[in-house]
Amino acid sequence: MSATLVLILRRLGSAAVTLLLVSMVVFAISSLLPGDAASETLGQSATPEAVAALRAQLGLNEPAHLRYLHWLAGLVTGDPGRSMANNLPVREIIAGRLPKSLLLAGLTAAVAVPVALAIGIFSAMYRGSRLDRALNVMTLSMVAAPEFLVATVAVLVFAVKLRWLPSLTLAPEHPTLGELLRAYALPVMTLCFVIIAQMARMTRAAVIDQLTQPYVEMAALKGVRPARVALIHALPNAIGPIVNAVALSLSYLLGGAIIVETIFNYPGIASLMVDAVTSRDMPLLQACAMIFCTAYLLLVLVADVCAILANPRLRHP
Amino acid sequence: MTEAPLSSLGDIQARPPRAGGPRLPQLSLSGWIGLALVVFWTLVAVFGPFLAPYRVGAIVADDVFEPFSARHLLGSDYLGRDVLSRMLSGARYTVGLALAAALLASSTGAALALFAVVSGRWIDELVSRLMDAMISIPSKIFALVMVAAFGSSIPLLLLIAAVTYVPGAYRIARSLAVGLNQMEYVQVARARGEGRLYIATAEILPNMINPMLADFGLRFVFVVLLLSGMSFLGLGVQPPHADLGSLVRENTSGLGDGALAILAPAVAIATLTIGVNLLIDSLPRRRRRSGGEA
Amino acid sequence: MADLVQVRGLSVTACDDAGATAAIVKDVSFSVAKGEVLALIGESGSGKTTIALALMGYVRSGCRIAGGEVVVDGVDLAQLPEDRRLALRGCKIAYIAQSAAAAFNPSKTIMDQVVEPALIHRLMGRADAEAKAVELFQALGLPAPERIGRRYPHQVSGGQLQRLMAAMALITDPALVILDEPTTALDVTTQIEVLRVFKKVVRERGATAVYVSHDLAVVAQMADQIVVLNRGEVREAGRTDQILHAPADPYTQTLMAAARPAPRVQAAPAPAAAAPLLEIRGLSAGYGRRDAAGRPASLVLADIDLRIERGATLGVIGESGSGKSTLARVVAGLLAPAAGEVLFDGQPLPPGLAGRSAEQFRRIQIVFQNADTALNPAHRVSRILGRPLELYHGLKGAARERRIAELLDLIRLPAALAGRRAGELSGGQKQRINLARALAADPDLILCDEVTSALDTVVAAAILDLLAELRRELGVSFMFISHDISTVRSICDDVAVLYAGRLVEAGARAAFAAPPFHPYTHLLVSSVPEMRRGWLEAAAVAQPPPRVGPLAEGAALCSFLARCPVRIDGLCNVQPPTRRIGAGHEDLCHRSTEDLRRLQQAAGRSAAP
Repeated sequence: MSATLVLILRRLGSAAVTLLLVSMVVFAISSLLPGDAASETLGQSATPEAVAALRAQLGLNEPAHLRYLHWLAGLVTGDPGRSMANNLPVREIIAGRLPKSLLLAGLTAAVAVPVALAIGIFSAMYRGSRLDRALNVMTLSMVAAPEFLVATVAVLVFAVKLRWLPSLTLAPEHPTLGELLRAYALPVMTLCFVIIAQMARMTRAAVIDQLTQPYVEMAALKGVRPARVALIHALPNAIGPIVNAVALSLSYLLGGAIIVETIFNYPGIASLMVDAVTSRDMPLLQACAMIFCTAYLLLVLVADVCAILANPRLRHP
Repeated sequence: MTEAPLSSLGDIQARPPRAGGPRLPQLSLSGWIGLALVVFWTLVAVFGPFLAPYRVGAIVADDVFEPFSARHLLGSDYLGRDVLSRMLSGARYTVGLALAAALLASSTGAALALFAVVSGRWIDELVSRLMDAMISIPSKIFALVMVAAFGSSIPLLLLIAAVTYVPGAYRIARSLAVGLNQMEYVQVARARGEGRLYIATAEILPNMINPMLADFGLRFVFVVLLLSGMSFLGLGVQPPHADLGSLVRENTSGLGDGALAILAPAVAIATLTIGVNLLIDSLPRRRRRSGGEA
Repeated sequence: MADLVQVRGLSVTACDDAGATAAIVKDVSFSVAKGEVLALIGESGSGKTTIALALMGYVRSGCRIAGGEVVVDGVDLAQLPEDRRLALRGCKIAYIAQSAAAAFNPSKTIMDQVVEPALIHRLMGRADAEAKAVELFQALGLPAPERIGRRYPHQVSGGQLQRLMAAMALITDPALVILDEPTTALDVTTQIEVLRVFKKVVRERGATAVYVSHDLAVVAQMADQIVVLNRGEVREAGRTDQILHAPADPYTQTLMAAARPAPRVQAAPAPAAAAPLLEIRGLSAGYGRRDAAGRPASLVLADIDLRIERGATLGVIGESGSGKSTLARVVAGLLAPAAGEVLFDGQPLPPGLAGRSAEQFRRIQIVFQNADTALNPAHRVSRILGRPLELYHGLKGAARERRIAELLDLIRLPAALAGRRAGELSGGQKQRINLARALAADPDLILCDEVTSALDTVVAAAILDLLAELRRELGVSFMFISHDISTVRSICDDVAVLYAGRLVEAGARAAFAAPPFHPYTHLLVSSVPEMRRGWLEAAAVAQPPPRVGPLAEGAALCSFLARCPVRIDGLCNVQPPTRRIGAGHEDLCHRSTEDLRRLQQAAGRSAAP
């Protein structure tokens, strides 16, 4: 087990290093801002004295590496500064939005992952069949369709024409399960559309990769039925790449939800970030970017650890 | 593996050489559909503006959000402009920007990967680490941060899209190059005393081109989706220019009426990206394990 | 006795990507009596594996049984619905595949996989099946039969996995066992053990077997009848003795001729007074991070001394992992040695690629085993051969074309091939181009790394003939690396034997004709199957190594100690091996020459026909 542990620790370490690098990239880009935050905030009519005072207050006179360290320390201690747009602590703004994003992501994942895995495994088992080819063209198109088309069509059909579902996602304060499902149906459907296709394709590829291994032919020559070959023999060996596919798709649910949140006017963290870009609210923007990057790294980390744990060579040295 | 081993020189019998001359690629039905869509959009991007029935900015319709009619094939937009004319010019932005950005991303990624692979462990490690960090910033997030910092102009969008997809192209290219670098013909070239540049460009690169072309197609799709998504959010191509994503955004107010002005450009983008995807998917791939004798 | 298997007019077609169909098995008929072993023999592309799989009613994807009958125990598998075929597979008909390492599922325990056929066919309960598996492990001579089932495939050796697969096949007491090249992936010293237990188990259980192989000598040990296949057709079928001693078909005769390596050596060149062409002194090399003393994490070669005279051919033999390919890589400069030096033409060679002169690069050429990966698929033959001409000799234009044509002629290929890409050539053609590229440099030394191992016997024989011719015509020296002692003996002037990274014996070819040998060389020599029946039974059964006391710490002991059948307690386990030097013959052993000769001659007598 110790070799596995070393591997996992090393993987954790490299994730930490990557996160640090990411924070540098994010900070570097967002502080290269032409014109600076102080004059931006005060507008053109501000006196030079007022700008200078605000610059000092915002710490903009410090050298870049010190500002980076302050910002980093703030992030780590859970205080990423104050929003420039409305002078509220970034932490509070995000705390109001993050749970909503997580709820949307969670609901979508709960629907998408099982469906995608089922489609992927099924089409791998019957690869080359008519159904598999039809599914292939379908998922291929789903992956390439822009979300705003999916969302637009969904709204047109279900909200405008059929009037089954609300086009804006405004769940009441304490919704019943029915209300919750109705409110979330359209955004969840749109998000599922894209990530199911992605996950199903990657799952199919991972399972087919195993199904072309000699041990699968050997199992067939032992008289093992095709369903058992796929589920009992091939699937356990495909866990690594499948978990990876799931992680990549789920990471998309946070950052990639931007368009869906905008269209359905959903108060999640992605639309918060779009607002921050429009109002050039750098502290808020940086914090949002770091949340998305951290989520991505965490998901990929979990996937890698799963792959390490699923590898029999590492589990039983 | 057709050998004719009857004489001691039996292995000399040749396989039939490939038929000479240009041949039509063998594509499935979906591949042909993809190819047709790609050709169609290429033509539109090149000739579109000349074919437009009206001037791009002109308000020509009697009403906003007009439906399909003989005068306005795709109806009119929120200001009463001709949607078809606007799309014919918008497609050029969408296709042109994405093509340039994807080309830049793929070639930079491939060049970096070749450089890293033939330059030894340390440089390889350094470049790969950096790319790993870049790839952990989701593409839209990266683009948003860049737009927030530098604003949104067309050259900048091009650069943003290219930089966003360099790490992905690098990752694919590197894994190809690492595999090829292990091949015995590369070892032979090393032992022959060849330099790094020759090994990278003459021995490794030619064998990377086909898979990189497929990857280039995928990057193109990603860039189209990213840029139209940005435009849809109002952070991409800015007026007076408009790409297909901007057209969707302009006309969101027509959603309730189910206006063609919002659907047509969105469907246009989808046909472009789906077309490229279908084409790439049906390209012949190298077989992992051929059947027959083990 | 009734025939258990009857194949009549079997045809199998394959469909390629373009949709074209080709017959890969054409109108094949044979039958196997109950309790007999029939061998299907042929080269790659002969359809032997396809036929073997068809015996289970199984075809690979893209293939189809186009006609004929495959009757096993009264049932025609070609006509049977798939679910009834499934019920027979692994139950009444069992299969042992070529590469056990690939045929075992890496994520399941061995026991789970061995008992699976018995469980899915509902022949017995789990406990009974496991008990039976342990019994089979014992019969197959596996170590720790009670416990080996709990391990995972990557935790046991290749030879053991091959036997475990036999247990998996036999657990249902099948009426028919199909063995598909079951020992081809094994080292020759492991092969003999596996063959022996297979033969014993098949006979004890009275199973009928179909044995698929390309190796006539192996088949001679196992089969009662032989069917010779070529390109999907039966060339000849008959009793083993008849095929071996009186082959009627010209193709069979060619196969037989190629399988018996003829000596291709000319009188060795008179040793020149000048320094040897290549001299290796105290060479150590390996891979991985180096420690403070410069020792790499995994040391592959240790303390090697070798020399190649001008115009001579040195054969280097050893099993997989012995370090023989690493030796070639060090000489070629692809791997820097950890210690020791390599002298070329009396001058020390710089350790890595950096620092070697263009002239040094030119004079040493390397030819790799697998021509499929050794030729760049993006380049045409003219470019593959033209590049060294340009690089080393500055040839351009018409002069270059002329030289390319000359080279093609030298390797007996038509000049028209210059315009082809590697993918458009046959296996033998590729290997010839691979050689020609080395010759284009006009080298003094060519390092040949297993250049015939991936080829069919007949094609390999043609390549060996070509090498011998080139030597005669060009006077080039070769380092010829192989795992096959008979190939090495047929072409080399001197032979060096590597075991676990150490040189255990080196000398002129003549010294390898008769004892005394180093104990490992003896094992190697006596493990090569001979093409006569009864060799396997007569061949000396490897004795378990005699007991020795605890190993001395710190001493660099004999590398073969763990497997040596003639080791002596109190000597081999405590002292580093001694080096004896005779006339042009040296080995690394504690036993005296007389002892070794006596022991090995005794073993040879008992094995003689």
